[in-house]
Amino acid sequence: MDKITVEKLDLFYGSFQALKEITLNIPANEITALIGPSGCGKSTLLKSLNRMNDLVEGCRIEGSIRLDREDIYGDMDVNLLRKRVGMVFQKPNPFPMSIYDNIAFGPRTHGIRSKAKLDNIVERSLRDAAIWDEVKDRLKKPALGMSGGQQQRLCIARALAVAPEVLLMDEPTSALDPISTAKVEELAMELKKQYTIVIVTHNMQQAVRISDKTAFFLLGEMIEFGETEKIFSMPENKKTEDYITGRFG
Amino acid sequence: MINWKEKLMKVVFLAAACVSIAAVVLICIFLFVNGVPAISEIGVFRFLFGTKWKPANHLYGIWPMIVGSVYVTAGALLAGVPVGILTAVYMARFCPRWLYRIMKSSISLMAGIPSVVYGFFGLVVLVPFIRETFGGRGMSVLTASVLLGLMILPTIISVSETSIQAVPQSYYEGGLALGASHERSVFYTVLPAAKSGIFAGVVLGMGRAVGETMAVMMVAGNQAVIPRNLTAGVRTLTTNIVMEMGYSTDLHREALIGTAVVLFLFILIINLSLSMLKRKEKE
Ligand SMILES: Nc1ncnc2c1ncn2[C@@H]1O[C@H](COP(=O)(O)OP(=O)(O)OP(=O)(O)O)[C@@H](O)[C@H]1O
Ligand SMILES: [Mg+2]
Repeated sequence: MDKITVEKLDLFYGSFQALKEITLNIPANEITALIGPSGCGKSTLLKSLNRMNDLVEGCRIEGSIRLDREDIYGDMDVNLLRKRVGMVFQKPNPFPMSIYDNIAFGPRTHGIRSKAKLDNIVERSLRDAAIWDEVKDRLKKPALGMSGGQQQRLCIARALAVAPEVLLMDEPTSALDPISTAKVEELAMELKKQYTIVIVTHNMQQAVRISDKTAFFLLGEMIEFGETEKIFSMPENKKTEDYITGRFG
Repeated sequence: MINWKEKLMKVVFLAAACVSIAAVVLICIFLFVNGVPAISEIGVFRFLFGTKWKPANHLYGIWPMIVGSVYVTAGALLAGVPVGILTAVYMARFCPRWLYRIMKSSISLMAGIPSVVYGFFGLVVLVPFIRETFGGRGMSVLTASVLLGLMILPTIISVSETSIQAVPQSYYEGGLALGASHERSVFYTVLPAAKSGIFAGVVLGMGRAVGETMAVMMVAGNQAVIPRNLTAGVRTLTTNIVMEMGYSTDLHREALIGTAVVLFLFILIINLSLSMLKRKEKE
């Protein structure tokens, strides 16, 4: 079952074409990794999936992206889309408020007011993000007082709190130490049971370790897409092979 | 040779810096030397809390003026703060670029208008308006509050706007990514992050309102009694000084300087809380 289907997607920043004819099916309940050298358009593609590109002035797209067969650039309410397709940013960006309020922000946005319900969601999201034990005694403390790794897991918890269907992660571990990285990776593999995950990474080992599918990008084009195992053991395209063996990029 | 020049320049810089420090110190000394003896002659309690200001009868109670200053300042904040903050939010996060430019320059123009011009505007426009709408003579607490509210707008707007602009975009994007609307992201993620800066703007505006003299004098009515309602006239600490300084002598004159001491303490408290705020923000 495909959760997201991208068809013939062209994306322009002004006159610069950042994505060229991308066609890609992202399967549900799997982890799809996007890899490729810097500037090839990974983040751009990711941000198209929840329309964060709308914020960029002069950004224009052609082609279609469907979530459960529904065109996300069509009639769909963009706030509702972003509720269904959550995002974790490269740099942890907790709000300058308490840990509790960070997690409760999303559910409150979507109309949940009951204290008991919110308490419940906060605890469950923090547990799902494997950070509950570390923060349960300081829920009222400012989130900015946490370590970088904890902040990133808090942001994952915050994304989970609105019960999304898809989770987009843009290099979620690039600012983290190996231990926090391992935790986030474990977490991703645990989460794919319930969510569809798309992750951008510069770390080949990470892609191999956690993803089921991998897409390789180069200069705005998708060169190859397939089972992670296959991409990394016997890539079809010479450019893919060069990249994963570290010959360029 | 170079060393010698450098030393000379250091002395010049130091001297320049000393001018402002010396000015503050001298003003302090002047105020306290002239004001404090008068206050103790009148009696601290009778001076501060006496409700009668009748220099002709040697009654020097400045309580009506303290209350007056507090009233018009509070009124100015009530009128100016919501408008100022919302304007700042609008400018920083909602308004189209062409309008932003217009607003930005009109606000800096507004900051440069001399207070006597504000006073004149108040006299010609606000006073009749308030007289006809709310009754009374038109020169009142309400009039002074509204006018001061206008006058502190540029301060509040520019300080708040700067601090809203300084909030990292990542908070706003984080809000949107959770499905929050533009408005909700701005008001619930960006604004809280800017709150200490906004508060600093409000305190700065408050300082301006407490110290304003000319414009207030022109529209406040200046009766030295505690106003009974919003349309009654009012006299503030600043106007009390400026209205009588010209002809006062002896104890009367010193009581006015004593009034300035009280005003000075007000401003001092406001500045201290401002620097405390700034320190808190740095942490
Ligand atoms: N807001 C923007 N305006 C104009 N051009 C942009 C914008 N954002 C990205 N680009 C361009 O689009 C191309 C793709 O950028 P993108 O950020 O998607 O790369 P990336 O693959 O995520 O790179 P990295 O691995 O360094 O994060 C780059 O050439 C970049 O310069
Ligand atoms: Mg990127």
